[in-house]
This record gives sequence, structure tokens and C-alpha cells, in this order.
Amino acid sequence: MAGVTLTKTAKSYGNVDVIHGVDLEVADGEFVVFVGPSGCGKSTLLRMIAGLEEISGGEIAIGGRTVNDVEPADRGTAMVFQSYALYPHMTVKENLSFGLRMNGNPRADTEARVTRAADVLQIEALLDRRPKALSGGQRQRVAIGRAIVRNPQVFLFDEPLSNLDAELRVQMRVEIARLHSELGVTMIYVTHDQTEAMTLADRIVVLRAGRVEQVGAPLDLYDDPDNQFVAGFIGSPRMNFFAAEAIAREDGGTRVRLTNQGGVEIVLPIDEQMAPGSKVTVGVRPEHFGDPGTGTDIALDVDVAEHLGITSYVYANTRAGEPVIVERPEARKLGAHDTLRVSILPDRAYAFAEDGHRLR
Amino acid sequence: MSRAPERTGASGPAVETHGHGRSRSRVRLTRIIVLHLFLVPLALIWLFPLWMMFIFSTMPDSGIFSPGVQLLPSDQFLTNLAALQEETRFLRTIFVSVVVAVIYTALSVMLTSMAGWALVRYRFAGRGMVVAIILGTITLPYFVVVIPQFILVARDLGLSDTWVALIVPPLFNSLGVLFMRQSFSLMPTELFDAAQVEGVTEWQIFTRVALPLAKPTMAALSIILFLASWNNYLWPLLITNSPEMMTAPVALGTLIGVTRVSWGGIMVGAVLLTAPMLLVFVFLQRFFMSGITAGAVK
Repeated sequence: MAGVTLTKTAKSYGNVDVIHGVDLEVADGEFVVFVGPSGCGKSTLLRMIAGLEEISGGEIAIGGRTVNDVEPADRGTAMVFQSYALYPHMTVKENLSFGLRMNGNPRADTEARVTRAADVLQIEALLDRRPKALSGGQRQRVAIGRAIVRNPQVFLFDEPLSNLDAELRVQMRVEIARLHSELGVTMIYVTHDQTEAMTLADRIVVLRAGRVEQVGAPLDLYDDPDNQFVAGFIGSPRMNFFAAEAIAREDGGTRVRLTNQGGVEIVLPIDEQMAPGSKVTVGVRPEHFGDPGTGTDIALDVDVAEHLGITSYVYANTRAGEPVIVERPEARKLGAHDTLRVSILPDRAYAFAEDGHRLR
Repeated sequence: MSRAPERTGASGPAVETHGHGRSRSRVRLTRIIVLHLFLVPLALIWLFPLWMMFIFSTMPDSGIFSPGVQLLPSDQFLTNLAALQEETRFLRTIFVSVVVAVIYTALSVMLTSMAGWALVRYRFAGRGMVVAIILGTITLPYFVVVIPQFILVARDLGLSDTWVALIVPPLFNSLGVLFMRQSFSLMPTELFDAAQVEGVTEWQIFTRVALPLAKPTMAALSIILFLASWNNYLWPLLITNSPEMMTAPVALGTLIGVTRVSWGGIMVGAVLLTAPMLLVFVFLQRFFMSGITAGAVK
């Protein structure tokens, strides 16, 4: 087993830099999830660790050994792909054993490893089938099995659940978590689905445009984002942002005016020095609005309300036309054209400077 | 009230369902009839020369040019065949043709697959240029190539009248390269990535993953290449002199003499050359079409 260390790892295609010197330490046995919007380089970074993409700078070490120039097969990694990448002309058993057979692994050992993987994933009954005859979930299980038989030090998952329907995705998510606790090996998992990230990860790495925005435990990222991007990316539905400007420092923080909300003011716990008039973005998660009168009230015109039973998501606009999403467990009767009054609570609101960094 | 015509519940309006079904099948029937009225005559026009080839092969030379048109076979097939064999050692030439076509097809499929694979799998400087040049050679008429090729093979290498001269020069088939390249490029790269991560060697990825998946394309390409070799006339005509190395089409050509043309013999030869190919094509048609159109949808 082994950890993974990235030191100033960079990748460029010609003049275009896609990964900008990433530093990251993944501990032995840790489950790390890379998240970020499409094109942020998360899959590229994973493929660089796997050795499928050459790196243009920096260093990648697996288990303390620099693997920059090591062939993918000799890095001790195994990879699971989004499209499963099962060999369509082979049975499940042949798929699982292909790599070992091609490498001249002793037959008895190959047999034993395949049996064990099939047992772990409960796919014994499928061994003689072709991928065509499997459901999406079964295919993904075989793809994971193909990784298991290699006894890798590090598992790499590239959006493995993206092709599955919602229900199967939940089920497979649980299975991957179970697998991690059973095998205890290092796993690096790429996804754009933040539910997967929040539920599976020991630590989440948020990437944007080839740079690491923040690394931390899921709830730390949720509770204490370093910048506006992470705040907006982690949490579903996403955080609401209101334009504001600083007025003055006072006891307990800084007074800001919400520019588009009829000039209502709120005192936020910001210690950082700011010039009066400097632009601030106030962020409030949909689930963090208070009842009217508990903080700074704003009035919203309801556009659509989604009633999920356990709670309701209200899609509304401020009087200035800014879209706002509010979670209101008790708003079952609310519908379009209604008016909703909510309160921004200073201790549940986040403030960000114009360059996006968190104002604390 | 409108109901889906497929609905056939016990309580559903059965009459209406039937009505829909009937009108639909009537449309289909009309379409089939119109299609056949058009296609059957077309097929007859196509098949007529083939049929006449067969008829002529069973007639004596004297009968072929008699004024009346005969549409049914006569009884001189074996006589014509014997004459053909005597004049050209035709069975030997067929043997040469088969050997050349089989070896050529096997080698060419292998070579073009490897070239196609390299063009898909490896990023190297000038890859686009290589593809463009290969594509460009398709537009060159064969007659432009054949003279320099002849000079090179016959004069410079002194290989005329050899198996090598018959098989090797046409081996690198640009169409085949593009065909195979297309087939490989439609396969998901992740398949090969997965094999690479598993430590499967490049050659094994090619032979154990890519080639099995390219089987339909390879089958279609094989038929095309086999036919091309089987029907090739100009190159074997140029490069062979002795009757020993003559291919069947060239041998047939020799029957067109200055003073006398043995039409019966030529027709027997043509039947013997055409029939196997027709049968092969008819039986492999499904495979062939699926190979050519593979990846066209999706």
C-alpha cells in the first residue's frame, strides 16, 4: 500500500497549460476525491497519476517512489473508467484475467485472484457472460473487479458512476465505500457529482482551471470555504450570492450594504481591513436563511417551488431580479407569484472580496 | 376518441385497431409491389450478361455467332474447357491466381491494419501529413504508378516472373490503410488505456484487443482485396512472361489471338473465374455490408 505525492506537477499541451503545478499529498489508505467543473483538469490529473498522460513538469511519487518515467503498468495503480472499458469480445472472466494472463502470471494465481474479486463484488454468476449481456451496474462492477485482481496500491476512479441511473449510482456509491473500508487501499476518485464527493471522500480536492482551489474534509469545505468558487461549488443547491459594498467597521465586524436589496444593511463578522465602498459578495446557502425578523429581511418573488416532501426548494427572484434559491421545510403551500420573506443571518452568511477570497 | 393503434386490450375498440392495421399493411404491400416492379427488371438487366456468359460457355465457337439468339445452355461446356486447358494450362493459372490472391490478401490486411493502428494510436510529428499523403495516393490513377513500378521491379530488381513480383508491389493498399484506420479510430480509446494500465504490451493490445474488434472491417477489406487481386489484369500481364506464372485473367487474354479468337474457351474461363467470387460474395454479403457501414450510425 502506498500514498501518492504530487510535487509541482504540471501538464501543458503545446503552449496551453492545463495543470498548473499541483502540490498534493494523499496519505496511505486515504480516499481522496477530485471535484471541479468540466474542463478543470481533474481527469487529466488522474491520468497523469496513472501514467496515461506524460507530465510536463514536477514530480509524481507513489509509495515514496518517483514514477515520472515509470510505465503505467509498473506504478502499482489500477484504473476504473467512466465507460467501463470492458473488452466486448471477452467474457467477464476473460476480462478480469486478461491483464494477468498477458503478463504471464501463473494460472493458479490468476484463477484465485479472479475468484476472490468475483466474490468481493458478487459477480460469480456473471463470469461466463459477455459485457453486452450485463446491465450498467454489473459492467461497472466487472470494471472494478478488473482493478481488484491487480492488487494495486492505488485505485484510480475516473467518474465511474456517471453512466449509471440515479438509483444504481447510490447503490454503487455505497459499494465503493464498502470496498474502500474492506481493502483499505488508497483511492483517488474523480467526479463532478458533489454528492459522491461529499459522501465518499476523506478529503476533497476542489480544482478549477488546472489549479487546486482548496483541499479539505468534506464538511470543512462546506462549513469553511476558502473562496467564492469553493463556496459555490460545494453544497447543493448552490450558495446564493448577493452584491454588496463595505460601509464601515464597527463592533463585531464590518457593516455592508446589499446593493440591490433596497440598501438594507447587515453587520458581518469580518475582521479584515476594507476601504469603505469596496465591493463585497455576500453568500448565503439555501438552507441557511432565517425566518423574517431574525436577521436582515429581504423579500422574494417566488418563481417555482419544488416540494420534495421532506423539504421544499423555492426558486425566487429578489426585487432587483437576482435569482435566489431558498430551502424552506415548511413552505409546502408556496407557489409561483407568491411573496416569500426570509432573513439573512449574519452568523450563517459568508463574505467574499472582489477577487473571490473569503473575508474573515 | 383517439387510441393508440397498437392497443389491443380486451375492452378496447377492436374494430378500430383492425382498421388501422389493415390500412398500414396495405400501404406496405403497395410499397413492396412498386419496389419490385422497379427492381426486378433492373436485376434482369444486370443478370442477363452473366447468364449469356454461361450460355456461350456451353456452345461451340461456330454457334456463338449464329444469327439466332439462344437462351438455353447447350452441351459443349466440357469440350470448351478441355480446349481451354490445352491452350493455356488454365487449371495451373487458376492455381497461381488463388495462391497470389490468398497470400496477397492475408499480407495486405496485416500490413494495412498495422499502418492504420499506428496512425490512430501514436501521436507523432507529421502524422496528419502521412495520412494526407496516403489519402492523396488514392487519387493517383494506377496507370501513372504502373510504369515506374514495372521498371523498378522488372529492370532494377530483376524480379519479373516471380511470386514476389506478383504479390509484393501492390501490397500497400492506401484504401485498406484508411479503412482500418477508420475502424480503429471508432473504438473507444479507454479500452486501450485500460489494457495499458494492466501492463498489456502494445503488440498484445493490437492483436488481442483491437484486431478482434475490427473483425467485420477486416472481413470486408479481405473481400475487397481478394477481388482486386483476383481480377487484376494489368500488373500480372506486365510482370509475367512464362505460362508457369501466368494468372487466370492474363491466360484468358492470350486466347484473343491475331488470327483466331476462342470465344467458347474465353467464356468457360470467365465462368470459372466469376462463379466462385459470386458465391463468396452472396454468402458473405451480410458481413461485408456490416463491415463497410460499421460505425456509420452512432
